[in-house]
Amino acid sequence: MNWDVILPLAFFLVLVFCIGIYTSRHMKSGPSFLQDYFLAGRELGGFVLAMTMVATYGSASSFIGGPGAAYQLGLGWVLLAMAQLVTGYFTLAVLGKKFAIVARKINAVTLIDFLKARYESKWVVILSALSIVIFLFSAMAAQWVGGGRLIESFTGLSYTTALFIFSGSVLVYVIAGGFRAVVITDAIQGVVMVIGTVIILAGTIVAGGGIDNIMSELRTENPNLISPFGSNESLTPLYVSSFWILVGVGVVGLPQISVRAMSYRNAKAMHRAMIIGTFVVGFIMLGMHLAGVFGRVILPGIEVPDKVMPLLALEVLPGWLAGIVLAAPLAAVMSTVDSVLLLVSSTIIKDVYINYVKPDAEERFVKKLSFAITAVVGLSVFAMAINPPDLLIWLNLFAFGGLEAAFIWPIVMGLYWRRGNANGAIASIVVGVGSYMWLHVNQPNLWGMHTVVMPILFSFIAYIVGSFTKGDRPQTNTF
Amino acid sequence: MKKVKDWRFRVSNKEAIMGTVLALLNFVWWYAFAYGLGSQPVKEYTYILGFPAWFFYSCIAGFIVFTILVWIMVKFFFKEVPFETEEMEKEENH
Repeated sequence: MNWDVILPLAFFLVLVFCIGIYTSRHMKSGPSFLQDYFLAGRELGGFVLAMTMVATYGSASSFIGGPGAAYQLGLGWVLLAMAQLVTGYFTLAVLGKKFAIVARKINAVTLIDFLKARYESKWVVILSALSIVIFLFSAMAAQWVGGGRLIESFTGLSYTTALFIFSGSVLVYVIAGGFRAVVITDAIQGVVMVIGTVIILAGTIVAGGGIDNIMSELRTENPNLISPFGSNESLTPLYVSSFWILVGVGVVGLPQISVRAMSYRNAKAMHRAMIIGTFVVGFIMLGMHLAGVFGRVILPGIEVPDKVMPLLALEVLPGWLAGIVLAAPLAAVMSTVDSVLLLVSSTIIKDVYINYVKPDAEERFVKKLSFAITAVVGLSVFAMAINPPDLLIWLNLFAFGGLEAAFIWPIVMGLYWRRGNANGAIASIVVGVGSYMWLHVNQPNLWGMHTVVMPILFSFIAYIVGSFTKGDRPQTNTF
Repeated sequence: MKKVKDWRFRVSNKEAIMGTVLALLNFVWWYAFAYGLGSQPVKEYTYILGFPAWFFYSCIAGFIVFTILVWIMVKFFFKEVPFETEEMEKEENH
């Protein structure tokens, strides 16, 4: 065990844990419990909003998988990763003030509250709730496994022990503190992610003898490493561009992201968040992926892409700094799972239980139930992650693209097209998810584009066609 | 019910269009520099601050330029509107 590395990591875990607990003591009690627990009373300021959006979006793949791919493919993969710059401002600009205002008018706490009020359809609610619970549960379990593996690889603890430490620290603050604890810890995790990026990038450039030297060594090894087409010329412009849908504009359809667009305090917070968010997401993606490419010059011949970042950090940095850098992916994983955990439990409590099982449930009971359901969901994810079943791993493959294909049009068109109705939304969800899963299995990367592109197009067509069938437009003036 | 369009939604619609246009510009900038400059043989690349020119303009300059454009868009073109409906109506009635 390398104590130099472990101490900063342990310090980070303890810090996050304490802050999470501290925030949870500031929970208000009273009639606003649900708003407070699941949306922090819509009081987010610009910095916290930006950080929680970036940190929720940025996952293990931004710090481990992505840089590993950049190590193998070269600058072409950094180019691909930069498609994510747009997520920093696009979601907030498109959902915009209208989403925030409407959410307040109808008292929406979850994304499904919004869909329910907009489409007034039981089926929209049921289908959305199913997609969220199934896809995000499996996505969460996969991230949870990632978190456990990370701790395992840094510390040498057994996987189960590592998983236990990871789950324990996340679960306690999410259950006790709800959304407020999640976003405050996200802000800290986001800062750790930025600091980690600065350190590893600087360390790698110094160890590689400067950028000029690194580039010329890469060129000598394989000129394609510094071309936009990738070391094996597999990255076609069309394929790389299609990531603007998957990890760029399509992110609007991810419920864990769009729910944040109803949580901010005022217009000023949204404006600041767009600037900060764009800078932070661009900086992290550029820095981490570049470090992955540069790492090739310093540590050639790493076979397993996921090991690039940990090995690189240990190689170019003193132990304690490496510990800080390695806290970044852990922060990224934690900030993703905490948000998703809360989202899944809000779907069960608010969208299913209060909507359809017991609309007049007593406040005190709802409060207890919220803690309980969050705990139950968290513990079942933990149980699943110990020995993940194949079905779960399979479902996780669809989580990201499937949710985008399901929700992007019901949300965006629901906001901006009055004619959109429940039939359109239902068709859009079914066609989006169905065609995505079918294509993923039978025709992955159809016509050289990422699989997500066509389903998003199909679900758009389905939405339009469905909306032209007989169906009621919303009667109110709200939208 | 009479349909009066909320003036705040007009502001919001305009801003959503601006955000979309900016995203389109961002894509064009990213694509044009990457494949415009990057498609020539690697031997003929020029370098800026050590990076191949295509990468420098597309990814590094693109990141800085669009962060600044977001700042300009938000600072000069986005409007502050009240979010609470009751608050706004009260203001209007007085």
